[in-house]
Amino acid sequence: MNPGPAVETIHYNDDHLKGILRRVRTIAMVGASANWVRPSSFAMKYLQGKGFRVIPVNPGRAGGEILGETVYATLREIPGPVDMVDIFRASEAAGAIVDEAIEVAPEKGIEVVWMQLGVRDDEAAGRAEAAGLTVIMNRCPKIEYGRLYGELSWSGINSGIISSKRLKVGS
Amino acid sequence: MSGNDDGGQGSKPREFGFETRAIHAGARPDPVTGARNTPIYQTTSYVFDDVEHAADLFNLQTFGFIYSRLTNPTVSVLEERIANLEGGRAGVCAASGHAAQFLTFFTLLEPGDEFVSSRNLYGGSLTQFGISFKRLGWTCHFVDPTDPENFRRALTPRCKAIFLEVLANPGGIVVDIEPVAEIAREVGIPLIVDNTLATPYLCRPIEWGADIVIHSTTKFLGGHGTAMGGALVESGRFDWARDGKFPTMTEPDPAYHGLTFYETFGDFGFAMKARAVALRDFGPTLSPANAFYTITGIESLPLRMERHVANAQKVAEFLDGHPAVAWVSYAGLPSSPYHELARKYLPKGAGSVFTFGLKRGYEAGIKLVESVNLLSHLANIGDTRSLIIHPASTIHRQLSEEQKIAVGAGPEVVRLSIGLESVEDIIDDLERALVACII
Repeated sequence: MNPGPAVETIHYNDDHLKGILRRVRTIAMVGASANWVRPSSFAMKYLQGKGFRVIPVNPGRAGGEILGETVYATLREIPGPVDMVDIFRASEAAGAIVDEAIEVAPEKGIEVVWMQLGVRDDEAAGRAEAAGLTVIMNRCPKIEYGRLYGELSWSGINSGIISSKRLKVGS
Repeated sequence: MSGNDDGGQGSKPREFGFETRAIHAGARPDPVTGARNTPIYQTTSYVFDDVEHAADLFNLQTFGFIYSRLTNPTVSVLEERIANLEGGRAGVCAASGHAAQFLTFFTLLEPGDEFVSSRNLYGGSLTQFGISFKRLGWTCHFVDPTDPENFRRALTPRCKAIFLEVLANPGGIVVDIEPVAEIAREVGIPLIVDNTLATPYLCRPIEWGADIVIHSTTKFLGGHGTAMGGALVESGRFDWARDGKFPTMTEPDPAYHGLTFYETFGDFGFAMKARAVALRDFGPTLSPANAFYTITGIESLPLRMERHVANAQKVAEFLDGHPAVAWVSYAGLPSSPYHELARKYLPKGAGSVFTFGLKRGYEAGIKLVESVNLLSHLANIGDTRSLIIHPASTIHRQLSEEQKIAVGAGPEVVRLSIGLESVEDIIDDLERALVACII
C-alpha cells in the first residue's frame, strides 16, 4: 500500500473524526494481516488497546485467528453487529469492499466506512454516502485517534491542535 | 450517526497566527495536574502498565514513553512546537544542531552515499560534512550556491540529498531556495535546509519546497544563550518510495524486526526512523531542562526577531558609512547582491547575523573584538546580547585560507550577531572600538 503523499489529503473536521471514534465500538478490518510487523497488525493491536473490538477480514486467513480474534472471509460472514468497516487494501480493491459494506449495512448495523492512509475511491465513497453511511478516506484510525487524544504529539508529530483545555486522562 | 450534513469535511477552520502558535503549539495544559506551563519532566524512564504494554512500546505498536533518550514529555512539546511553526509534519529534537544534522544524514545515507551542499555554511557544518562524515563513508560535494544550477552540476548517482542554509552563516548570503528545491524534486532527493539564522518567523523553507528543515535551537529559537539544542523537521511531503533510492525508509528494517518505516508511519516515517533508530542508537538526546528553556524562548520569538532585524538594519547602515569599514555584507542593505533574494524569502527582515570587512585586515579584526565593551566576544549567535567574533582566528580557524575566503570568513572579516540592547548603545560601542582600527 502506498503511504500518504501519493494520495491527495481530504480535510475532515476534528470533531467529526472524534465523534466517529467515540461512537464506534466494533470495527471489521478488511485486509488485516497475521504478520505482526505489517501496518494493519499495528493498527489492530493499538485499537484493541483503546477498547475497540477489531474483527479481522481476510479470505486467505479465514477460520484462523489474529490477535485473539477469529478471521472471516467476508463482512457477511461476521456474526453479530459491526459499526465500522476499516479498509486496509489498495484503492483498486476498495470499491468492491465498499459495495459489500453497503449491502450488509442494514443487517450488521454498519454506520461508517473508513479507508486507510493511501486508500481513496471517490465513486465508492459516493455510493456509500448515498446509502446513508459516513465515509472517511486516506486516514488511519490509529493515527487519528493518537492525534486527537494527544498521543501522537508524544512523538513530536504536529497535531495541529491548539487548546487551553486539558485532555482528560485516558480519554 | 446523524448530524454530519457536510460529511465532516466542511470548510477548513481558520488557521491560528504565527504568534499564537509560537506560544501554544504542542503545549496543552498538563492532563493530570492542569499545570498551564509545560512542566519539566525531569525523569529518565516511565513505568509500563504491564509486560504487554512494554512490548507494544518497544515494538512501536503504540505511542508512549519508555526512556528519555527516545522521548520525553517536555522535549515532545518543543518538537511539536517547532514542527508546527515550520509548517512541517513532525519534529525530532537533539542535543545540538550538529546532532540533529547527524541524525538526519544517518537516516538518509548508507556508507558510500554522497550529497551536495552549499559551501556557505556555518564553519562547524563544513568540518562535519567535509571531514567527519568522510570517516563514515559519506562524501559531501560543496558548491557555490549563488548559481542554483551548481547544485545540479555536482550531483552524482549516489547523491541522496541537497543541503543549504537559506540565510547563510557567517553572514549576508541568501540562497535562492525555490530553483534548488525544483532540482531536488526532479532527481527525487530531499532538499534539507538549515533555517537557524532565519528562524520560521522570517522564513519557512517548507513553503518554498524544502523537505527537511534543521535547526540549532541554541540560537534564535531559544534566544537567550541559555540552552544547547537542535531539531529536525520533516515536511511530510517527500515520496521516499519513488525510485528505490531510500532503502532505509522503504525496506524492512533489521533494527525493528523487519518493520518498514515509510509504509508503517507514512508522512512522519522519516521522523520516526530518525528517533527510533538514529537517536536510539547514538543517543544525542536533548535534556528536558534545555527543552523547557527553548520552549520559553520560542514564546517571544516573533517579538524578539522583529527587534533583532530592526537593530541589525540600523547597525549595518551605520557600519556601511564608516571610514574603517571596507564593506558590509547584510542582505537588508539595498547595495547587497542578495537584497532582492532577501525581499523574496525574508520579507520581514534579513536576520541579525552578518559580516563586515575592515580595511586594515586581520590585525584590525583582532583589535576590534578586543576593544568592544558592550558586545560580547564569543562563538555563539542568536542571543539577546550583541555578539562579535573574528571568524578567521576562531570559528573558521580549521579551514584553509582559500576555504575561508570562499565561505566569507577571510582575514578582514568580522561577524556580528545583533542583540536586543538599545541600538544606540550597540552603535556607540562599535564606534568607540572602531577608532582603534583606524589608527
